[in-house]
Amino acid sequence: MNNKSAVNNVKEWWRSGEPWIWLNAGAVSISMLVVFGLLTLIAVRGLGHFWASDIVEMRYLTNGQQEKVIGELVESESIGVERFVESGYGEAPEGLTAIPRWLVKTGNRDLYADFRWLTEHNISQQSTPDDLIVLERVEWGDFYGYLKQVNEKGTLVAEGEAAWAELEKRLARVTELRAEIVSLERGAIGAINYQLEDLRLDRKKLELSNTATEKNISRIAAKEKALDAEYQTLRVKLAELHTAIERDSAHFEVMDGRVVELSMANFVSVLKPNAMNVFEKIIHYVHSFINFLRDDPREANTEGGVFPAIFGTVMMVLLMSVLVTPLGVIAALYLREYAKQGPVIRLIRIAVNNLAGVPSIVYGVFGLGFFVYFLGGNIDRLFFPEALPAATFGTPGLMWASLTLALLTLPVVIVSTEEGLARIPSSLREGSLALGATKFETIWKVILPMSSPAIMTGLILAVARAAGEVAPLMLVGVVKLAPELPLDGNLPFLHLDRKFMHLGFHIYDVGFQSPNVEAARPLVYATAFLLVLVIVLLNLSAIMLRNHLREKYKALEN
Amino acid sequence: MNQSSITEQSWRQRKRAIIDNVARYTIGLGGISVIFAIVLIFFYLLWVVFPIFQSASIELQNQFESSFIADDARYQVIEESGQLALRIQKNGDLVFFSMQTGEEVLTESIDLNGASEIAQVVSIDVEGKRLALMLDDNRLLFLQIAYRVNFVNDQRVLNPLVSFPFGEEAIELKDIDHIRHLKVIRNEERLTLLAIDTDGQLLLQSYEVEDGDELAEPELTSVQDIALNVDFMLVDTAAHWLYLASRDGHLVFYDISDIEAVEQVNQLLLIEPGRQLTKLAMLLGGNSLIASDDQGTVRQWSLQRNQKNEYRLADVRGFKSSAELDFLITEMRRKGLVTVNQQGELLLYHTTADRLLLKEKLSEVAVRRVNLSPRANKLLVETVDGQVSVYAINNPHPELSWNALWGEVQYEGYDETKYIWQSSSADNDFEPKFSLAPLAFGTLKAAFYAMLIAVPLAIMGAIYTAYFMAPKMRGVVKPSIEIMEALPTVILGFLAGLWFAPVVEENLLAILSLSFVLPVGLLLFAGIWAALPSTVRRLVPYGWQAALLMPVVVVLVWLSFTLAPFFEALLFAGDIKHWMLENFGIGYDQRNSLVVGIAMGLAVIPTIFSITEDAIFSVPRHLTNGSLALGATPWQTLMRVVLLTASPGIFSAVMIGLGRAVGETMIVLMATGNTPIMDASIFQGMRTLSANIAVELPESEVASSHYRILFLAALVLFMVTFMFNTVAEVVRQRLRKRYSSL
Repeated sequence: MNNKSAVNNVKEWWRSGEPWIWLNAGAVSISMLVVFGLLTLIAVRGLGHFWASDIVEMRYLTNGQQEKVIGELVESESIGVERFVESGYGEAPEGLTAIPRWLVKTGNRDLYADFRWLTEHNISQQSTPDDLIVLERVEWGDFYGYLKQVNEKGTLVAEGEAAWAELEKRLARVTELRAEIVSLERGAIGAINYQLEDLRLDRKKLELSNTATEKNISRIAAKEKALDAEYQTLRVKLAELHTAIERDSAHFEVMDGRVVELSMANFVSVLKPNAMNVFEKIIHYVHSFINFLRDDPREANTEGGVFPAIFGTVMMVLLMSVLVTPLGVIAALYLREYAKQGPVIRLIRIAVNNLAGVPSIVYGVFGLGFFVYFLGGNIDRLFFPEALPAATFGTPGLMWASLTLALLTLPVVIVSTEEGLARIPSSLREGSLALGATKFETIWKVILPMSSPAIMTGLILAVARAAGEVAPLMLVGVVKLAPELPLDGNLPFLHLDRKFMHLGFHIYDVGFQSPNVEAARPLVYATAFLLVLVIVLLNLSAIMLRNHLREKYKALEN
Repeated sequence: MNQSSITEQSWRQRKRAIIDNVARYTIGLGGISVIFAIVLIFFYLLWVVFPIFQSASIELQNQFESSFIADDARYQVIEESGQLALRIQKNGDLVFFSMQTGEEVLTESIDLNGASEIAQVVSIDVEGKRLALMLDDNRLLFLQIAYRVNFVNDQRVLNPLVSFPFGEEAIELKDIDHIRHLKVIRNEERLTLLAIDTDGQLLLQSYEVEDGDELAEPELTSVQDIALNVDFMLVDTAAHWLYLASRDGHLVFYDISDIEAVEQVNQLLLIEPGRQLTKLAMLLGGNSLIASDDQGTVRQWSLQRNQKNEYRLADVRGFKSSAELDFLITEMRRKGLVTVNQQGELLLYHTTADRLLLKEKLSEVAVRRVNLSPRANKLLVETVDGQVSVYAINNPHPELSWNALWGEVQYEGYDETKYIWQSSSADNDFEPKFSLAPLAFGTLKAAFYAMLIAVPLAIMGAIYTAYFMAPKMRGVVKPSIEIMEALPTVILGFLAGLWFAPVVEENLLAILSLSFVLPVGLLLFAGIWAALPSTVRRLVPYGWQAALLMPVVVVLVWLSFTLAPFFEALLFAGDIKHWMLENFGIGYDQRNSLVVGIAMGLAVIPTIFSITEDAIFSVPRHLTNGSLALGATPWQTLMRVVLLTASPGIFSAVMIGLGRAVGETMIVLMATGNTPIMDASIFQGMRTLSANIAVELPESEVASSHYRILFLAALVLFMVTFMFNTVAEVVRQRLRKRYSSL
């Protein structure tokens, strides 16, 4: 092949448009890589959080001195020489253009900074001693150190080798006691407080309606007195539990050589990750994942679990489904089966379709203005005047959030249901009518059952959208930390006026409003993973349902 | 068949018919009300926003005959809620009277310490709760007025309380006689007294005070000669600036922050030469003067500091009244003016908005006295015939006008007009800055960068997927990208803000170079692939190029990231951000438009991709087959036949994508710094309308101007996206019709 024909070949190849096809193919590749890259990133970071990583002990050279550092290697990066010097590490080593460094989680937030960047060339003598202990605590985050001794009421119980067994044994007791305290505080004492608040409102109600007779008042006072007495006994019991849980303590040696005494009341779990084999680590992994799902958050949401957020999301989505399904189906039935098809209905259809594209924040604004301030404010004035000026429904809450999201997802359900209705062959309708059924009977017995997969598809898509929506919820009901769940043992059990927590908002709040973003990051990834998992599963099921539906009608049409 | 079964059957028939009818009406009603509820969103937003555009109105509430002799009054002030007014008579009587009926509620006579009458009453604070009475024997008496609220039979009853913060003993003023003008300023523990006597001498005294204590000797004092024939004297509440003006319009202003070193700052002419300065007042906050002349021209002069740190007064804005002003009152809580001219016309004006809110004739008879309540919602007007009228002013949103919302505004303290969004501050006398322009700009900027990323990727990807891709692969690609559409934006935002933004900051050159490396690299690979022997090429069947390119993309990205530091060291002295700042003055913000553009681009890609793909895929096969049969290459067919036919569909895809980008909240909230700046640089952040709503609405007071503006922002978003979507939908429906006819 000579040069000229090679040039011609290239020219011809260029003119055939083949390069452009490749470029278009490249766009697909990039998009796909981004999609799967993102999902992988979230999955890896989110799931990695629960793995019991090894704890490393090493020597680190700072300012010409060797110091001992104990911690978990979180991530590494390379920084340029200039930034290295700017960061105050001192002189850069010769011959390196980029300096690798490690982010080390040293824990022990109560003693020193819990994250440190260490440059790799200053690290030496890395080891993973088996007896290094990771302590998960209620407060102050994780603790790393060596167990020295276990005390009971300040007197030595065990030290050295025996201490570990003793610690585990006593931790089981502490865990039990803590569960008791929580159940007492949340259950019995919470119920008493709730009833006391009810009585206070009753009294005010009586005063407002001018029926505050001696008899009524004394009846309320008697009830209050009884509750108060009950409260006093419970409080004594609670105080006893608190002293009991404070009984034991343990001594640990930390990386700077100090020996600190920690009360076991603060311990959640102890672990020797370096001594664990893979099998044990897997069991621990499953345990921590389950705890993540069912625990309450701790330490300003940066630790612990996300149970209230899961619960709030589910409650909100359930309520929304209850609201949106009948409304959406009725609207779709009206549009498709009852209304006279014409330009007006076509216009309405376009409008409904377009509402799906209206920004969610606009729905939030509407929800806050109309539902919360207008409807809620009036409900408060009419039905809860005794609680004023504290708002009952005139403040963001679960009901308004569900209503707002129902409105937001209404177009999705309407469009999907209408699509399902349109797919039902008219021969079926005509057959039913010809047999003497009324229109409603036809709809109820023939059309609706047949379109139920379409309705389900719409509902699943609506649920998926609602579960991931955050912006409107920020206005109409979510909070960073809800002290009470919207569902509990106090009458009327379901508290529609309460604020709630939400997975999506949890991500925003912990990731961006938390004081210690570095410590919170793994938890945010884990929460994000959970949310993505739920939404992807919901969407996949909607897609599968839709395909199934199409197959079904294909058979009918033939 | 017997009788009873027939009736039973007919009854059943009737029941069925009834159920059918009930269902018909229920569903009809339900359907219509659901649709109504959806329409309600628009109308509710409009209903909340509407008051912004209403002008002010007044309503006559009560009228009564004044029971006072006009010349006896020295001072009159309305109390906070507008129930009572206080009038101070020259004989020392404090008369509290009802604003409803004019009846006297309480009269308290104070001991004038032997003086014959009160010469002058000076208000120490803006609202007239602390007063200084200048007696005619050159002595001062300090008063404090308070009101205690009681509820008697659910009626609010106010009990006035008069006290003497520095004792009932009048205080002798030294060093000065025959006072013409007097000002007293109380600034926490410091009382500043300024007086000008008939000889043109200015006396300044400063006291350290505490309520209940007697006024001690002045801590600092100074006397100045003033060359000007002073007719107006104004001091700001911080006792920092002193303004003196004469009737011919000459104004001199002094820096009196240090009493012992009073310094003349500047002087100027406030009005056109030859006219008379008739009124001079100070706007809330003390940074602006309002001057009016005998022709009815009213101007706002605002204190500004230029680059050389020199203070000057600048003529900022104003309005023209048809006649000379008799009364010029500045509102106590807002930057508004209430004026009455010689023709008895009431004019309400707001300075920031530059808006004349109301012009209404109050009375045919000349007006003798006008008082405004502290909340600026009640106006007391006394005419020369002794008739007193109390008006309710309904003027909730004076600070809003078209210009204030969208235009460039000259705010106080700035030396040029600006677009600023700054809705709240700690100060009470703060000037709210409600320009939606930076927010709208931020919204468009974010959407623009998002579209810049999304449109090429999505459309090119859709073209390939619909037209070239093997069906088997398409079955995987399409649902995967559609799942991406359902990915909550809070997750994209969180990844963008916490993971991607630092990555971009560290590897800026690598990220930027991708826009060049990827297309060139891919083309290069395509060329090499074409040159390979056909045995190798056959390994990857046609329609699977995208799969083949995935590892290529990965390698290219890896190459960019690995080689970027080397090129950065070579071309940009090791740090491209630093280099840009040094050479072009381009600053770098970690959470910037590049990050937002990529993150929001990702959120928009699936939308555009999916609609475009549908449009291209449903181009009738016989069109493409015909073109191919005539000898066109697949690419030529695509460009000249397929894309042309599908272009309306692609257009509507872009419109819908744009609608989504404009309204997206969480990504911009998390991936930008949310600073409302107007800077088109890709390395700077922004604040969008939607993020602004999310940040500020929860804290905004219901029915306040701020609240209504946020609703306006929501309404704007609603209308813009609704418009985009409608256009897209109409285009799409026409396209569908065209396909079915082809």
